[in-house]
Amino acid sequence: MTATTVNHIVPRTSVRSIVVVSAGIGDPSSSKLLADRLAQKTLDLLRERGVEAQVATIELRDLVQEIGRATVSGFIGQDLRPAVERLATADAVIAATPVYKAGVSGLFKSFVDLLDNDLLIAKPVAVTATAGSARHALVPDEQMRPLFAFLRALVIPTALFAAPEDWADRALGTRIERAATELAALIHSGVATTIADGSWTRYQHEFDSIAQPTGAEAQVASPADTEFTGIDFDSDLMRLATGGTPAAADRS
Amino acid sequence: MQFGIFSVSDVTRDPVTGYTPSEAERISNVVEMARHADEAGLDVFAIGEHHNPPFFDSSPTTLLAAIAATTKNIVLSTSTTLITTNDPVRIAEDYAMLQHLAKGRLDLMLGRGNTGPVYPWFGKDIRKGVHLALENYNLLHRLWREDVVDWDGEFRTPLQGFTSTPRPLDDVPPFVWHGSIRTPEIAEQAAYYGNGFFANNILAPNGHFKPLVDFYRKRYEHYGHGRAQDAIVGLGGQAYIAKRSQDAYAEYRPYFDNNPHGIRIPLEDWTTATPSSVGSPQEVIDKTLGFHDIFGDYQRQLWVVDSAGLPQSAVLKQIDLLAEEVVPVLRKELAARRAPGVPEAPTHADLVRAKYGDKPARQPRPNPNRGDNTTGTSPYQDSDPAKAAVQPAL
Repeated sequence: MTATTVNHIVPRTSVRSIVVVSAGIGDPSSSKLLADRLAQKTLDLLRERGVEAQVATIELRDLVQEIGRATVSGFIGQDLRPAVERLATADAVIAATPVYKAGVSGLFKSFVDLLDNDLLIAKPVAVTATAGSARHALVPDEQMRPLFAFLRALVIPTALFAAPEDWADRALGTRIERAATELAALIHSGVATTIADGSWTRYQHEFDSIAQPTGAEAQVASPADTEFTGIDFDSDLMRLATGGTPAAADRS
Repeated sequence: MQFGIFSVSDVTRDPVTGYTPSEAERISNVVEMARHADEAGLDVFAIGEHHNPPFFDSSPTTLLAAIAATTKNIVLSTSTTLITTNDPVRIAEDYAMLQHLAKGRLDLMLGRGNTGPVYPWFGKDIRKGVHLALENYNLLHRLWREDVVDWDGEFRTPLQGFTSTPRPLDDVPPFVWHGSIRTPEIAEQAAYYGNGFFANNILAPNGHFKPLVDFYRKRYEHYGHGRAQDAIVGLGGQAYIAKRSQDAYAEYRPYFDNNPHGIRIPLEDWTTATPSSVGSPQEVIDKTLGFHDIFGDYQRQLWVVDSAGLPQSAVLKQIDLLAEEVVPVLRKELAARRAPGVPEAPTHADLVRAKYGDKPARQPRPNPNRGDNTTGTSPYQDSDPAKAAVQPAL
């Protein structure tokens, strides 16, 4: 990441940030409602532990034109950029989508397709979905979990799903509490920071990706030192770039 | 500051007339386009390299040699020469020959290309694309600077006692630009060698390439070639100009709407969000001055003017409008904005002066044929005797 990139990153504070990404369309949307319940419960649990946190929501329905435009133009426009930057600085993400045609909504997937591969590394993520039928109950586990695994996020053990009948079932509340406990524990533990601080340079980063290690305050505090974050000058390629040869061990 | 045009050598159906030029027509047209740019007073003409339809330029040095023969002042360049799939030995030979024939009016831009199958067609592995680019340039750099090269790399047959011929004109290699849109290693290599760096500045938002250009600038300074602001930066762009803005949009719209990149957003939105320049001469001037605001002082500005099936008459008209109404103003405005001491892109004459001062340039003359079609252990009469060629035993 370069100095110019650092400038547009939201400064980190001690308040933890939980970002809900909702692909719900209706108002109210049941997808958003499920995510909100999880977010609220997570906030409550964190507060009990003395951890201050706040929730921000990215409503993908309001960004549908920008997402479409980014998909066909190949770049993220000005109106979509704040949403991506919010994710870059999030301490945890709650992903919420309706199920359409036995899968995550196209809007949801289109948005995720635009993100840098390293944007969510080691971030705690809750996967949640709603559907018109309980037959879609495995969509969060079978579709959303692998998607965030690809992005190397930390998906919490409990995936949340709600069909119409679940809204009248106390068991949904129990599952929300379970998921909130998991999410709050991961946020509180600072595991994302531990992983990123220990291994950030070992992940592949696209040049000028706005991804940053979660919670690493030094990254934001000292842009001069992090001018070339994500660039490993000691790689085989960099050795080749400067007239040398790759490490002998790598030559076959 | 140099201003010119670059082309990818596409042969594209004109979406307005439905007419597709033949390869023969398009090749003639591009030669005419380069000649026209020379006569109009533009500084640079660059052509890409492709190895499949709908492109024609599989052989840039042949094309540029013909153009060199019919032009007087314009600097010829490439956009880009594939440093990945071409043998660097052939690049050294072909471009040195072209440099002689063009009397030094030549530089070249190295790139990785944008067509995946070219790698397997030429027996290379695309997963090693960046490795190939870096290693191949390391060899090319030496072939143009050392009479006798021993080489052992990962990708090509080792060389023993190899001399690339002809030696560069005046023993001064063509200036090299490294083109890249996202690869810091390429920018690093450009900086390490003190070569130029070119960002194509198309098909991406305004300022998208700034981080990579800034990276190159800082590393250029790091390697001691000068201040960051002195690094040799080239930018691309695309232009469609008409006297009146509304005519430019009306004329260009069908070509943009049928672009082969799959971009399907309104032209106005596209020109607002990206470096694409469509409009009156003044609008194109303002847009280009905006590049300077973003990237700082730079040395070369090239525009694509012949893409998307535009007819030859429109292409020539674009060259006229650039040369008559846009570039003269930009020359003046950018010169006025230029910080003291920022260099120009080096020409052959500049490089000769830098190497020799007022002394005559080296003119290598081979030693006699030893009887086996080689000169034996020392290729040239003035070769360093301490560096003897050890050639492969047969």
